Amino acid sequence: MITISQTLKAIDESSYEEVVSQCIERIKNNKLNTFITIAEESALEIAKNINSSKNHLQPLAGVPVAIKDNISTKGIQTTCASNILTGYVPPYDAHVIERLKEAGAIIVGKANMDEFAMGTSTETSHYGPALNPWNTDHVSGGSSGGSAATVAAGEVSVALGSDTGGSVRCPASFCGVVGLKPTYGIISRYGLISYANSLEQIGPIATNVKDMTLLFNVITGYDSRDSTSVQIEKDYTESLVNDVNGLIIGVPDEYFGEGTEPAVEKAVWDGVHTLEGLGASWKKVKMPHTRYALAAYYIIAMSEASSNLARFDGMRYGLRLTKDHDWHTTYSEIRAKGFGEEVKRRVLLGTYALSAGYMDKYYLKALKVRTLVKQDFDLALKDTDVLIAPTMPAPAFKLGEKISDPLTLYLADVNTVPINLAGVPSISLPCGFDNGLPIGLQIIGRHFDEETVLRVAYTFEQNTDFHTITPEVR
Amino acid sequence: MIEEYLKYRPLLDDTGIMIGLEIHVQLNKLNTKIFCGCGLDYHNDPPNTHTCPVCLGLPGSLPVINRKAVEYSIKLGLALNCSIQEHTQFYRKNYYYPDLPKGFQITQYDFPLASNGYINIEGENGEVRIRINRAHMEEDPGRLVHEGGNIEHSKHTMIDYNRSGVALLEIVTEPDLRSPKEARRFLDKLRSIIEYLDVCNTSLEGATRVDANISLAGGSRSEIKNISSHKGAERALLFEVVRQKNLLRRGGKVVLETRHFNEEMGITVSLRTKEEEHDYRYFPEADLVPIKVADWAPGIAKTLPELPDAKRERFVSQYGISDDHAKSLTSEKRLAEFYEEVAAHVNPKMAAVWTADVLKGELNYRDIGITAFKSEDMVKLLKLVADDKITDSSGNQIIRTVLDEGGSPDSIVESEGLLKAGGDIIGTAVDEAINENPQAVTDYQNGKQEAVNFLIGQVMKKTRGRSDAKAVREMIIEKFKGIM
Amino acid sequence: MITTKEVEHISWLARLKVNEEQLEGYAQQLNSILDYFAQLDEVETKDVEPTYHVIDVNNVFRDDVITPSLSQDEAIGNAPKKQDGCFKAPRII
Ligand SMILES: [Mg+2]
Ligand SMILES: [Zn+2]
Repeated sequence: MITISQTLKAIDESSYEEVVSQCIERIKNNKLNTFITIAEESALEIAKNINSSKNHLQPLAGVPVAIKDNISTKGIQTTCASNILTGYVPPYDAHVIERLKEAGAIIVGKANMDEFAMGTSTETSHYGPALNPWNTDHVSGGSSGGSAATVAAGEVSVALGSDTGGSVRCPASFCGVVGLKPTYGIISRYGLISYANSLEQIGPIATNVKDMTLLFNVITGYDSRDSTSVQIEKDYTESLVNDVNGLIIGVPDEYFGEGTEPAVEKAVWDGVHTLEGLGASWKKVKMPHTRYALAAYYIIAMSEASSNLARFDGMRYGLRLTKDHDWHTTYSEIRAKGFGEEVKRRVLLGTYALSAGYMDKYYLKALKVRTLVKQDFDLALKDTDVLIAPTMPAPAFKLGEKISDPLTLYLADVNTVPINLAGVPSISLPCGFDNGLPIGLQIIGRHFDEETVLRVAYTFEQNTDFHTITPEVR
Repeated sequence: MIEEYLKYRPLLDDTGIMIGLEIHVQLNKLNTKIFCGCGLDYHNDPPNTHTCPVCLGLPGSLPVINRKAVEYSIKLGLALNCSIQEHTQFYRKNYYYPDLPKGFQITQYDFPLASNGYINIEGENGEVRIRINRAHMEEDPGRLVHEGGNIEHSKHTMIDYNRSGVALLEIVTEPDLRSPKEARRFLDKLRSIIEYLDVCNTSLEGATRVDANISLAGGSRSEIKNISSHKGAERALLFEVVRQKNLLRRGGKVVLETRHFNEEMGITVSLRTKEEEHDYRYFPEADLVPIKVADWAPGIAKTLPELPDAKRERFVSQYGISDDHAKSLTSEKRLAEFYEEVAAHVNPKMAAVWTADVLKGELNYRDIGITAFKSEDMVKLLKLVADDKITDSSGNQIIRTVLDEGGSPDSIVESEGLLKAGGDIIGTAVDEAINENPQAVTDYQNGKQEAVNFLIGQVMKKTRGRSDAKAVREMIIEKFKGIM
Repeated sequence: MITTKEVEHISWLARLKVNEEQLEGYAQQLNSILDYFAQLDEVETKDVEPTYHVIDVNNVFRDDVITPSLSQDEAIGNAPKKQDGCFKAPRII
């Protein structure tokens, strides 16, 4: 794994171009399938000219960055890992891409993911799964699997993912890197291709809390093009304080439910005790609606997805079949061919959940349960500063192990989806290993209190060495 | 449900016609579209040149509401006597059509911005109140051009998204209209209100589009989609009345269906497709946050201009003109302004006759607007008439000349020599006419009254029409008295 | 229980062509997931308001000011089928 400062040092010792071309070589030579599109030409071009622009003075000057392929990049193909967007080259940049460019970062390519971010393993990608650098028989997690795997594999120091129900934290946990799902509204979604727009946020991924915070600092902030964007200007590097003295940690029993691997349970509790040793205290908190969060999450996400994915009709961009029939038949056939199985399943279920006669039973009910889940967080965080829980109940599973049974795969998200329902921030960082596979610990905070979450994460990291262990990528 | 409507406004006759309208009004006086900054001045530009990621529905784009579109909508809602929702939000209406780039339309559903209003129109027996159920904001789809110009037979459909995302206010009436003519009157009245508010230039293509629901006693309702003119609405509804009447008379059944109005042929055709089983799956648009406008409406209400009905009442009381004249003069904002400019300088009653009866008739005949005639010119003209310098018929002639050839009343009076002839000239002409036509004198003595008319004609000829026929008649009869 | 007939209806509503022989498989999958969703029935939500927006933000507007549009080339550049500056869609009926 490489850090931002190592990257900057390499630039100093060689050149922008050299660092970018080495990065691209690493990506090309691995067998992890981390990228869908490598933007070799444009990346080298920018690296070559960076000295003549004022960008070389910026904080991420020349730092190669991987972008999840559901974030719109002007001039670089953006597919959401779906056949239906084959060949789509956006004419505009997402807000976060504008920010990254202004900060001097160089986009080296578009990272692999689950198709339309629907998955927990990157196995639903039209381009095949991104593999786990710690053990290539295992999944990298999802849906931002490519983003986490490329960071873990040391190809880039930072990457962007998106988190709708755990899609940054799950792969961060499986790949042993750090990932943040920020408070809803704190990063502009302008240019993020929607899967479930009331739940998702773009999130930074890095090898350590400090790098992740640097990246977060760059991409966060108000954007007038996203109505849900919130006006908060903060320098989050100020939260990187190695001190948790006096903080109260809440530990919800409900997050250590059936199916939690003993190794995971132990590693997370060890983490809590580490922080306790550093002056924090902990107490158990009750979050009784946790068990209903998964169903509520999937109903809401699928409902929104059924509408968000309606625009893929092959008229303005993307897949179009050679032969046209009448409009409805043509549309229906393009989508049958362009979407993969999981996407179809979710679109069908979402359509059903919103349809006449079922709206109240599914969609509206789920939104009410969402209220209750959110109340659980409000209550639990009332007299605690953060909550700590396992990110995933188990380390990365084997490729093919769960993909044939959708429901089993959904169940893996049990600890990540409640956070999206509540819109609160949560970070996942490595806290142990099981059979050579990383385990992730999740630190959850109050709305817009990224500062405390980062502070706890930073303190934990400064006092442990899990983040220094690097996979041997072959 | 139907009983409830009928309690409010009973049927007019045994045909039992019930008509409800949905009117999409483009808020095209805004600078930009409803959810993006694309400009609205696209009518003379090539297709797809006023589009952006938002109104093209490109993946990842997000809508942001145009504040002024909300203000305009509140304004229009208030003018339609609606109550304004204090707290509203947008929904997605999910359906698929190539003009809809996102596969859903952002519109309002529960909590429409405005509801429970009305406007008054002239019914068969005096004024009637037509209720407005709701008025809600939504985005306009793009424009489709069917290859070969015909939706039924074209192989392909061309899409231009320049129109996509223009702010619309959709106004939905209760089924209170009882004839195609009433529907037309309602639309004319609505147009006049919209123009008064200055929120829409109704003369632009697609500025107002009408869907009409119509049912007859004993039949089901049919919906005619996307009628582009008021005249078209009346014609389409007339066609439907006849079609449904014939169908029912023959013992057939009017089915619930959507029909398309073929403007050229003046007929409606069924557009029934499988799509008919509508299930729009409305749900809230999470990309837009709720709107709380409780404190907006009072401020906007204060900025409302005087509307047609109020202006009409004021004209009657302030200028002492007839209600018919006042109604005619207030039917268009610009016409009312014209009238007041004229009435400020001449007798208001005279101004009303000349503007409402004469000028408006000439304008309608030529199918042109009031801007073709200057109010200063009308003032000049009416002063000439009032001062007895020209005759009424010269006045008419001047108006026609200005409209057809241009020029000012003064220059036309000059060049056409329209100044009324003085008494001595007329006297001379009368004398000449009598002397030159002794037969006419004899005829008159023999009791032929027409002889006078003949002599008047002769005098008119001599004075080139500048004399007043009534005065001439009196003079001739006076002369005859002297001769006899 | 969702029937194959319902699957067919939903697939039409969603404009996602499902072949005859796939209907049964989909019905089974959807049913097992819907069974799982049914656990929400246990939750008492009579007096609970739905959460449409997780963050309490209201009245976000833009000013009525023109911003640059895309060029026609950029707008239609990705279209698989186009003609005379327009996107080309199949016939409607
Ligand atoms: Mg509508
Ligand atoms: Zn636009």
